[in-house]
Amino acid sequence: METDTIVLASAERLFADVADIQSILAAKDDSWKPRLWGGIEETGLNIAGVPEALGGVGLGLADCLAILKVAGASAVAVPLAETMMAGWMLGAAGLELPAGQVAFGPSAFGDRIKLGDDGLLSGRIERLSFARECGCVALLAEGASGLQVALVDLALADIQAHENLAYEPADTVVFSTVRSMAHAVAPVGFALQTTLLIGAAARAMQTAGALEKLLAVTAEYVTQRRAFERPITKFQAVQHSLAQLAGEVAVSLSAAASAAEALESLTAQGRGFADPELCLEIMSAKIRTAGAAQKGAAIAHQLHGAIGVTREHILHRLTLRVLAWRDDYGNESQWSEYLGDIVCSGGEEALWPLLAIR
Amino acid sequence: MQTALEFQPLRLPEPVQHLRAEVRDFLQSEIAAGTFDPDAPFTDWAVHKAFAKKVAARGWIGMTWPRSYGGQERSFLDRYVVNEEMLIANAPNEVYFTADRQSGPTLIKFASERIKSEVLPKIIAGEACFCIGMSEPNSGSDLFAAKCRASQTDGGWKINGSKIWTTNAHRSDYMIGLFRTSAPTAENRRHGLTSFLVDMKAPGITCNRIDQMSGINDFNEVVFDDVLLPDDQVIGEVDGAWKQATTELAYERSGPERFLETFIALRQLVKVAGPSPDPQLKRAIGRLVADVHALRRMSVSVAGMLEAGREPVAEAAIVKDLGTIWEQELPQRVREATAFLPRDAEAYADFETALHFTMRFAPKLTIQGGTTEILRGVIARGLGLR
Ligand SMILES: Cc1cc2nc3c(=O)[nH]c(=O)nc-3n(C[C@H](O)[C@H](O)[C@H](O)COP(=O)(O)OP(=O)(O)OC[C@H]3O[C@@H](n4cnc5c(N)ncnc54)[C@H](O)[C@@H]3O)c2cc1C
Repeated sequence: METDTIVLASAERLFADVADIQSILAAKDDSWKPRLWGGIEETGLNIAGVPEALGGVGLGLADCLAILKVAGASAVAVPLAETMMAGWMLGAAGLELPAGQVAFGPSAFGDRIKLGDDGLLSGRIERLSFARECGCVALLAEGASGLQVALVDLALADIQAHENLAYEPADTVVFSTVRSMAHAVAPVGFALQTTLLIGAAARAMQTAGALEKLLAVTAEYVTQRRAFERPITKFQAVQHSLAQLAGEVAVSLSAAASAAEALESLTAQGRGFADPELCLEIMSAKIRTAGAAQKGAAIAHQLHGAIGVTREHILHRLTLRVLAWRDDYGNESQWSEYLGDIVCSGGEEALWPLLAIR
Repeated sequence: MQTALEFQPLRLPEPVQHLRAEVRDFLQSEIAAGTFDPDAPFTDWAVHKAFAKKVAARGWIGMTWPRSYGGQERSFLDRYVVNEEMLIANAPNEVYFTADRQSGPTLIKFASERIKSEVLPKIIAGEACFCIGMSEPNSGSDLFAAKCRASQTDGGWKINGSKIWTTNAHRSDYMIGLFRTSAPTAENRRHGLTSFLVDMKAPGITCNRIDQMSGINDFNEVVFDDVLLPDDQVIGEVDGAWKQATTELAYERSGPERFLETFIALRQLVKVAGPSPDPQLKRAIGRLVADVHALRRMSVSVAGMLEAGREPVAEAAIVKDLGTIWEQELPQRVREATAFLPRDAEAYADFETALHFTMRFAPKLTIQGGTTEILRGVIARGLGLR
């Protein structure tokens, strides 16, 4: 077996064993969290994207994202995506990923981090996923002579706790002239939006995985549930709703996979993060999966009836997460504006060639 | 329960993209020579006819078909990009489009040797236009309610009755028609229909044109009055047409024509928006581009599955469902996006023409070739719900 399939298989096993959605819902406390993270470090998922030379597994971005699809399907509520992306970015800059949970920023268009020549770092991240549960954060910072990748101890930050829609930490993090643990010049091709693009590709893939699971759960439910003396699948309205959910799932899976492939193959060719083809792929995936999340979550809830809105039911673990992820690493309105800008500045003649390039 | 849907992120191979460049060059020189206008809603049939011959000369009709019938056994992806470029350029491709997409492949699979060796080369030469005779006044979505009869006579069949909504019937050389040859049985209501190749010039056929709200006046009522067909024009199994439908449908449903029909509205939008419109207009454009890109990647992925010999029935139906709904909405969303634009821009005349035209024909997009409701039934069946 190839490394990537081995890692993927162990991820699937791990999430099934330790992150089963139903068991997590029934859990009395958060003791499953350290257990899950322990399993993640044991299987090396956290270091999947870290180069082998730096002690990692050395998987490419597409393979890392494939793991995140599985994590999305389990609605995994630990910063696996964030740590994985941090590991990849630090590794690309020749820096080591520390053990433990690592956050990844900037995570929104308004976030700004400055790194002075003196190695002191300042700035603010409005909503940093899992910040208060992480030891440190990997950041892309603006230095005097260009972009820098930095690793910063979160104990030095002022953290105000916030919750996202899915009741997960999404904290405001402020650094006022703190020393970074390590920093290095960002790799060639990195742009100001690099963390947003990588984060967007990750959220798109997590969303696709979660929506796929949502379809399976919903299809199962409608075949079991009976009303008017028949399974509700006999009602055409139910069939058609499920078909529409499948459509949203399909387009999400396709878009996220396409973006992942583009991210890996285009960066491998040395095409930077401002490359229009790369931008189109990732922005389209983020925008479209966000739309699918909204429509898909609504259909899944509707088809479940009252049981689906209860705390005990697993549905909200999936639906609230896909809805929350819309806001991370650029929301669909912001990316649409960005993409619209690329398209408009290219003009009508460039539109079709851009779309047809792949 | 079978809810697994798969879309490999296929990237079109280099040689396929070279072919695209060739097609673009060809189209650009045709546009430059004034053969057709990419912005014009309507193009004369004579132009369509002449254009078909030029495309044939390039070898771009029936390009995936067996060499023994004049095809080139090229990949389905080659056909995909040719089709895509023709659509985007609004090329006058109607003479061969239906034959290339579905009638030819049906003949290759089910027709007699005589028909194949006689008709396929004509299609490939751009000289045979096909129409599809399935719908009837009282049989649309429910194809198996068809009543137009074919009854057996000496050495052949005699057709009586009528078909309706038959696109291009009045200028077609052939029809592949679905006719009732027996009554349905108690066990199988789909039994009793047979496909035939009909020569549209045969005595006894009358085409009555039906005009559409869009000004596209390409469909007809076709009346058959004792029209005689030889035996070897039966396509496939007598009474068993229902067994023949499935695979072609995946080709028919997942192609670029299922989401690019109104693309001109988006192109015109980008044109009137100019290089730096206000943020709201940028957002509307970005959203539409994100959507169409996602649809196209899905469609390309299905093309790859078809090329690999698989039968992605549910996936193809999903492409058509999402794609036609989107292309139908597109002009409406373009209209909304431009609500505050000044109307005096120079490009506005072309824009308005495109917007009005696409809005006028948009309702048909979710009806022709199987309605949204029928498609969703197909998807639900693919998911194991029916
Ligand atoms: C522009 C255009 C070109 C066409 N070209 C051709 C052609 O070349 N050849 C040809 O044979 N036909 C052609 N058609 C006909 C087309 O295939 C039919 O219109 C289509 O199959 C629907 O049939 P109908 O119009 O009879 O509508 P109906 O079948 O009467 O449907 C009316 C409404 O009822 C719904 N409905 C029907 N059955 C069900 C069901 N089981 N469940 C839920 N809802 C249902 C439909 O979805 C639709 O909304 C063309 C149509 C158009 C618009």
